[in-house]
Amino acid sequence: MPANQPPKFSDAALAEYRQLLGRYPTQRAALLPTLWIAQREFGWLSDETLDYVAHLMELPPAHVRAVVSFYTMLHRKPVGRYLLDVCTNLSCRLRGADKIVGCIRRRLNIEMGETTPDGKFTLGSAECMASCGTAPMLQLNQDAYVENLTEESILKLIDELAGRDN
Amino acid sequence: MERILTRWLDIPDLRKLDVYVGNGGYKALRKALFDMKPEEIINEVKNSNLRGRGGAAFPTGVKWSFIPKDSKKPVYLCCNADESEPGTFANRYELELDPHGIIEGIAITCRAVGAHIAYTYLRGEFTVQKRILDAAIAEAYASNYLGKNILGSGFDLDVFTHRGAGAYICGEETGLLESLEGKRAYPRNRPPFPAIQGAFGCPTVVNNVETLANVPHIINRGADWYKSIGPEKSPGPKIFCLSGHVNKPGLYELPMGFPLKDLIYDVGGGILDGKALKGVIPGGSSFPIFTAEEAVKVNMDFESVRAAGSLMGTAGVMVMHEDTCMVDALKTIAHFYHHESCGQCTPCREGCGWIEKLVTEIEAGRGKMEDLKVLIDAASNMEGNTICVLADSLSMPVKSFVPKYRDEFEAHIKLGRCPFKDRDGKAGGLSAAAGH
Ligand SMILES: Cc1cc2nc3c(=O)[nH]c(=O)nc-3n(C[C@H](O)[C@H](O)[C@H](O)COP(=O)(O)O)c2cc1C
Ligand code: SF4
Ligand code: FES
Repeated sequence: MPANQPPKFSDAALAEYRQLLGRYPTQRAALLPTLWIAQREFGWLSDETLDYVAHLMELPPAHVRAVVSFYTMLHRKPVGRYLLDVCTNLSCRLRGADKIVGCIRRRLNIEMGETTPDGKFTLGSAECMASCGTAPMLQLNQDAYVENLTEESILKLIDELAGRDN
Repeated sequence: MERILTRWLDIPDLRKLDVYVGNGGYKALRKALFDMKPEEIINEVKNSNLRGRGGAAFPTGVKWSFIPKDSKKPVYLCCNADESEPGTFANRYELELDPHGIIEGIAITCRAVGAHIAYTYLRGEFTVQKRILDAAIAEAYASNYLGKNILGSGFDLDVFTHRGAGAYICGEETGLLESLEGKRAYPRNRPPFPAIQGAFGCPTVVNNVETLANVPHIINRGADWYKSIGPEKSPGPKIFCLSGHVNKPGLYELPMGFPLKDLIYDVGGGILDGKALKGVIPGGSSFPIFTAEEAVKVNMDFESVRAAGSLMGTAGVMVMHEDTCMVDALKTIAHFYHHESCGQCTPCREGCGWIEKLVTEIEAGRGKMEDLKVLIDAASNMEGNTICVLADSLSMPVKSFVPKYRDEFEAHIKLGRCPFKDRDGKAGGLSAAAGH
């Protein structure tokens, strides 16, 4: 999204939003799905984006902000192109999640919660993601799981992602 | 044993509609629409003794019977696919590999309670699973297993998926309803119960994915057949989620009442590196841990696990061997519940925070002997004093870990460091147990 330009949904996003409204008896119930559209469109949820969503949905801006702050997957600041959320809950730690985190930190030279200076990688921690049988694991860009991680496979993944040219 | 809930292991591509139908799929829905009255569906499920798989083990048919029969307001079904209890990963595979089994269970349940809209609330991380379920729902609409006048029965049903955004408390049924309504997922005071005032102020049934996946099988084969699997009071096939220090972690469908010892040593291939067992959490991290001696004597059904002093919860079986630092394990658990407490109730918010802080201090070698009593007191004080049972979900682990592994807690305090760590503090606790 270009700087200084007020955020606005694309026509496709607007159509998707209108379709959502038909699913619920109240407009407010469409808030989380609409915030997901916004995060997909703009990458993260700035104050301006939240004001836009509040205006679009005829909801008090304070309500929208309060809701967003409750949910950990909604970003209030930009994240790297590749977001690595490593599970640090019990079953994953029993199978070596600490080592995986250590490996990523050293390779990317960042701490938990940080983004590399080139904006490519963000390292995050997550609670149990219902993948304990294939621990340790991470979720890439809030989408596919990468499971049964080893020191080798995590470094390979990072190299592969670093090599993608976008 | 015949695989029922995990038939996908025997039927490739079960997730596709034609394969599902080719293997008897949607026959139970036809039966429920054309051969049974709603009341008869409820009675069949009541008689089957099916108990909810979401953690609380509430009898499913009884829950459905609480929905008012003459409701002037719409009735809703919410399928709980928030699956966030640490150690639990059955719903995830059910969504990926048998979405039509869930949709059919949803449709039969809606018919039974008179609901015409069902929402499936998926945890925010389940993007892949949501795409698969959405595709299956679209297939079901296209073949009129959903939508208007289903199969010419006159029954209408819409099914929607709704994605959360990262908060464990959305799995608690009233937190789920608040979240669905576009709010923070603050659990509600009860009464009123969701059956009377649930989603959007209307009568609502909330059921777990696996509970609903059992329903078509019960309708097809009858309550007596269902009750013949496992112990009569908590019968049925059950998916066990085995994780931690076993050679073969994963999902295993077994009859209720299966011995935990055989699950670990036989089905699960035994303990990693042939080490000795130290402890097992039988039902997800919210529930009391069993020592090795206790674990090998327990059968895995709701009654037996309760009688042995824990709860079967979600059947998330977390196995820990001799190298595990139990203080570090409890610290991980305490961190989770503190992080996930919604903060509405002071005892939970402050109790979870305090417990995490105390266990963290002990693990770091900065604890005092009297902290052990304080921990137990803090855990006891938040029990039963809160809107939902998340507070109890930390209290139970604390009150089992501390007395059962007291020597380890004391060793941390006496030594001033974790006994599993090198003297320079490197590679300790759970890292050491993972073999690094
Ligand atoms: C803190 C907390 C988290 C919960 N998380 C889940 C969950 O992720 N999935 C689930 O089905 N039930 C969860 N439950 C249980 C639900 O409140 C509810 O009992 C269940 O969805 C009812 O379905 P069932 O009767 O089919 O088991 C949770 C309960 C609590 C207190
Ligand atoms: S017990 Fe904890 S999680 Fe549950 S409502 Fe109270 S503060 Fe929230
Ligand atoms: S503990 Fe990591 S996925 Fe469950």
